Amino acid sequence: MVVFDKPKALCDVPLHYCPGCTHGIIHRLVAEAIDELGIEGQTIGVAPVGCAVMAYNYFNCDMVEAAHGRAPAVATGLKRSDPDQHIVFTYQGDGDLASIGMAETVHAAARNENITVIFVNNAIYGMTGGQMAPTSLPGQVTQTSPYGRDTNHCGFPVKICELLSQLDGAGYIERVAVNNVKNVRNAKKAIKKAFENQINKKGFSLVEVISSCPTNWGMTPEAALNWIEEKMIPYYPLGVYKDRDAQSKAE
Amino acid sequence: MAEKVLMKGNEAIAEAAILAGCRHYFGYPITPQTEIAAYMVKKMPKIGGCFLQAESEVAAINMVYGVASTGKRVMTSSSSPGISLKAEGISYLAGSDLPALVVNVQRGGPGLGGIQPSQSDYFQATKGGGHGDYHLIVLAPSSVQEMASLTVKGFDLADKYRMTAMILADGTMGQMMEPVCLDEVEVNDYDKSWAVVGTQCKREHNIINSLSLVPEELEQLNFARYEKYKLVEENEVMYEEYMMEDAEICVSAFGIAARVAKNAITMARQEGIKVGMIRPITLWPFPKKAFLAAADQVQCFISVELSMGQMIEDISLATQCKKPVYLCNRAGGMIPSPEQVLDSIRTAHKGGTK
Amino acid sequence: MSTTQILIAGFGGQGVLFAGKLLAYKGLLADKQVSWLPSYGPEMRGGTANCSVIISDEPVGSPIVSKPDCLVAMNLPSLRKYEHDVVPGGIILVDSTLVEEKVDRDDVTTYYVPATSLANEAGFSTLANMILMGKLMQVSDCITYDGIEDAVKKVVPAKKANLIDINIQAIKTGYDFE
Repeated sequence: MVVFDKPKALCDVPLHYCPGCTHGIIHRLVAEAIDELGIEGQTIGVAPVGCAVMAYNYFNCDMVEAAHGRAPAVATGLKRSDPDQHIVFTYQGDGDLASIGMAETVHAAARNENITVIFVNNAIYGMTGGQMAPTSLPGQVTQTSPYGRDTNHCGFPVKICELLSQLDGAGYIERVAVNNVKNVRNAKKAIKKAFENQINKKGFSLVEVISSCPTNWGMTPEAALNWIEEKMIPYYPLGVYKDRDAQSKAE
Repeated sequence: MAEKVLMKGNEAIAEAAILAGCRHYFGYPITPQTEIAAYMVKKMPKIGGCFLQAESEVAAINMVYGVASTGKRVMTSSSSPGISLKAEGISYLAGSDLPALVVNVQRGGPGLGGIQPSQSDYFQATKGGGHGDYHLIVLAPSSVQEMASLTVKGFDLADKYRMTAMILADGTMGQMMEPVCLDEVEVNDYDKSWAVVGTQCKREHNIINSLSLVPEELEQLNFARYEKYKLVEENEVMYEEYMMEDAEICVSAFGIAARVAKNAITMARQEGIKVGMIRPITLWPFPKKAFLAAADQVQCFISVELSMGQMIEDISLATQCKKPVYLCNRAGGMIPSPEQVLDSIRTAHKGGTK
Repeated sequence: MSTTQILIAGFGGQGVLFAGKLLAYKGLLADKQVSWLPSYGPEMRGGTANCSVIISDEPVGSPIVSKPDCLVAMNLPSLRKYEHDVVPGGIILVDSTLVEEKVDRDDVTTYYVPATSLANEAGFSTLANMILMGKLMQVSDCITYDGIEDAVKKVVPAKKANLIDINIQAIKTGYDFE
């Protein structure tokens, strides 16, 4: 009996991510959702610029690599090319989605674009070596905030779920984390739901995944997971921020 | 043949695109090309197409990138400042070898510039605009009929070579009406097995991508792309020769400038000056051979441009500086008059240097 | 072989562009080569508007009319701006209701038509432009009045087909005006 296997929607190749990085977990959760929904053959993924830039080599479905921040616009084109057949997801980090691509993110949500967005928030620019991200916490030390993020000088972090849930267009917005087994299980449910929503034409779904970056945070993988619990989650509370479908059913 | 109708150049582009099978248009409002979007938004819903007004030119070109990745015909249109914003996406289209059509109805620049006609994006269109080694196929219509026919041609060449094509028009071409005949288009079938449309779990996954971190591999990709460009240069050059048989002076102009130049040539011929014109229709690939051949025939060239002189450099290069190339120009949204061009021809005829 | 260059100028909203389109279609239906080029930009509403129309037996070169054979001036600023551009022996047509001053040229043929008054009296106050086009057909060789219905049908949008007759009537008013 097989008790553990690689999801079909993941290619059988080694990932380039650092030891202890949670991208691998999130990739797996996305792939499991694709497998369980049986949509691999019609799914097109959009990779970002950032640590996940080479995600096109890891997901077994058709893939497109977008310019930095433009994944929601590219996904819009992919989806509108054949709205009934294409299942389209983007996989983006915090710099990509919440800084350079903020306009594309907000307007895709406002249009209720029927796509699935996986937003990996690890509060840092990983690929370029650990610069301050739009989601870096107040006081957080990074390469470009060596004395800690000074909110008087460079302002406050962007809370994407809180922000997008204000838009009438956004259909489903949830924040999850992958720092422990319970949270990983919840993350899986949320990601699967975000794909189901698209299949059922429920519109724009975004799952923010609080993730770790041991390398650029300068921590052991275990310390990084604890930092998520102690610092990240209090600032970025987990939960469903918007679920239009559930709301309308409740009413 | 279809009935001749009066149409604005911008509308002719839109209708021709639809006839060529384009069912996806993404844009952002900017003068003087708004008629293209206005036409598309009315037509697309009626024919099962998709018109979407994007939040920015940046988003629009990336939506184009998305549809182009699926192998369907797609276009965007804008004017100079908007094309600068699209330059990033255009570079990615080139780097991913995606076919698409981009229309630039030029206005005066730089910066926000003005809204009157200009040709000052010649460098941007033919030499790059975005980053990296790449070319666009650049088509320069000189009539409303050509606004239509070159749109059809642009889609075909884009598919044929997996390249992005650009229609480089100007405010005059976009706004003027002329009789135009819009015939049915026979759309050629090209291999699109590279497209991302879902694997159906029946093939390896396709990847649309411009990232290549191994320099040896990226170099090979660039070499291969330039082999393809060489084919385009060999096979797809288009130009019009006008009264060149006995010409001693060769005017060169494209778009609206060529229209003005024709008037000037008619007037100069009445004065007995043997002058003709080479009108590039493809600005890239540039009609190098035609110019080089003309260099052995004429005494000099006059480049008529709505810019500070951009195409003049390509003429000098193509003719290997064998003969002088003079500039007759206006800029910033101004258009040379036929009399101004005639003056330049007269001066050149006398051996002057104006 | 002949080429006629026409410049129609006035305020935005006077139907300058529409009048030009009628002429262009009239030319097209007569198997002529034609071009129509509007001024465009922020002055589209309320400011000055003008429109270049060329009707020719040969392919049209530049669509820009800088030396008109016919100038139709629908307000004073337009008359003053363009009257000296008209070629000697050309025609200047003025809406004399709105332009009280006279043309400052003696080498052109001038027609003063109180088009706005005529339009108001006839009950189609927005069609002074069509009255002037009718007059132009009477005095110019390049555009004939015959077959005017076909041209009007081409330029009046299908949604406003009920306005075809009134446009023809306005053109006829100008065509008959002495």
